Amino acid sequence: MVIAFWTLAALTLGSAVMIVLTRNLLHALLCLILSFVGMAGVFITLSADFVAVVQVLVYAGAIAVLMLFAIMLSPRSGRDNAANMLQLPALVLCGLFAAGVTFTVIETDWREASRGSFDTTAEAIGQALLSPFVLPFEIASVLLVVAMVGAIVLVREDS
Amino acid sequence: MLLSSWWDVRDLGNAVSGLVDALQDAGVPNGVIYSIAALLGCLGIIAFVGATAVINIWVERRLIGRIQVRKGPNRLGPFGLLQPVADAIKLIQKEALQPKSADGVVYSLPPILIFIPAILAFAVVPFGDKMVLADLNVGVLYLLALGSTTAVLIFMAGYASNNKYALLGSMRVIAMLISYEIPSVLALLGVVTFAGTMSLSGVVDFQDTYWSWLIFFQPLAFLIFLLGTTAELNRTPADIAEAESEIIAGFHIEYSGMKFGLFYAVELVNAMGLSAVIAVLFLGGWWTFGVEKVIPGWILFIGKIYAVYFLLIWFRGTLPRFRMDQLMAFAWKFLLPLGLINVLVSAFEVLLWTEYDISAGVILPASVVVNFALAAVLIVGWSKLMMKPFTDVRRRPHLFNEINVPLPGEATPEPAG
Repeated sequence: MVIAFWTLAALTLGSAVMIVLTRNLLHALLCLILSFVGMAGVFITLSADFVAVVQVLVYAGAIAVLMLFAIMLSPRSGRDNAANMLQLPALVLCGLFAAGVTFTVIETDWREASRGSFDTTAEAIGQALLSPFVLPFEIASVLLVVAMVGAIVLVREDS
Repeated sequence: MLLSSWWDVRDLGNAVSGLVDALQDAGVPNGVIYSIAALLGCLGIIAFVGATAVINIWVERRLIGRIQVRKGPNRLGPFGLLQPVADAIKLIQKEALQPKSADGVVYSLPPILIFIPAILAFAVVPFGDKMVLADLNVGVLYLLALGSTTAVLIFMAGYASNNKYALLGSMRVIAMLISYEIPSVLALLGVVTFAGTMSLSGVVDFQDTYWSWLIFFQPLAFLIFLLGTTAELNRTPADIAEAESEIIAGFHIEYSGMKFGLFYAVELVNAMGLSAVIAVLFLGGWWTFGVEKVIPGWILFIGKIYAVYFLLIWFRGTLPRFRMDQLMAFAWKFLLPLGLINVLVSAFEVLLWTEYDISAGVILPASVVVNFALAAVLIVGWSKLMMKPFTDVRRRPHLFNEINVPLPGEATPEPAG
């Protein structure tokens, strides 16, 4: 369990660091996909099997493809990740942010859940989406329909 | 066949559980026992996958030859049985050329990585009553996730080749794969609605309990999933990825030698994997109306896998290739609405079954009749609807009225059109 966590954490963080350090934008995208898969592994160590599989399906399968198409449609000169003057300010800012988050994580009194583990998370999530959280569920589906209709209207030819 | 000892070939899971029990009695720590059991399962699956990858080369080429009214390979060995060996030797001794401007690591990784989803699909498939490597609660969703990761790897292969035709081929393939995922998901949603569980051994137990195969309850879902599978496997009629007459070889143009051999082998292993999934979900897996008490269930299951694989080869030998826009139109305008209507009707039937406590003996035969009638009506009716030309397009309503006001300096306005 501990081995699994440290391996997956190393994989996720390592590929996340590689996203920022590689020169080629497409290599960065592939490292991003690797970090998604690492995140899915971390979900599995927390017994959230449904969320882990959906993470791979949605993020590594669909969102990664979306980003791929976006990169492919951008000009080749914009795919460079070269060094520029913003590196030092960015490093300072990220350091401050990391310090803030670490302080919050260590000093907060997290109340640990005493409910115990679920047998089947898929069923629990399904029940939750249809009873207490049905309004956010329906609003999310309306949002998706609006997005699809908007995309079709934007691309449609005026005939 | 009627022995009930641990060497009983009807249930190979008996041997592994016997070993696990013996190890547990000997006091070996739990982690080691778990690893040994997992290792034995993995070895079994890899042996099966390796054997079928070799045999299927011969099966496919002979069958396609017979469908095309010619003998398949028959020169090497009796009936051409040594053809796979010859193919392997040829591919190993070929020079694995790498274009100089290809992306080093991104070029070499896809042939290796693309094996991972193909083999992982076998981990959740139940070969027998206790013969599953990983009985996931979300097995069906897991298989869909594996299918969607293949798309990214195919793009990697096409992009890294630094070849316009490879990139074109892989972009077409990604568009096709993500389009055919959605009808596949909807078809499987119909199956999961009936079975009440997403785990594959749970689906086989459902078919065992109600003494019927799910193909009788969900014929439309079977057809949609079969067609979605041919698209996911990049097989004819949906093989725009490797359309030999169009873009030479699509995303694996620049791969030669054993790297191409790996792509070729993965195609066959993927076909076996998805045929196994269809056999489990729709044809009952290892359960066959009681015959599995006589003949071992896993032998019947392998027979069913080959029956579905024969269907896929039959499609490949008979049908011509779809054009890209025909492929997209088929997925979005035909399979998707049919899948949605199938989910709606199945959910309604399951609702009647669970909420109103109608007994299974009444609702299940009724649902068989209704689903078959629905499948026939929808397939014929929807295709007729789609074939009607949409010539009667009335003018779209606009939010404003077009008026013609003369600009300063112009003469009289033209009449509005």
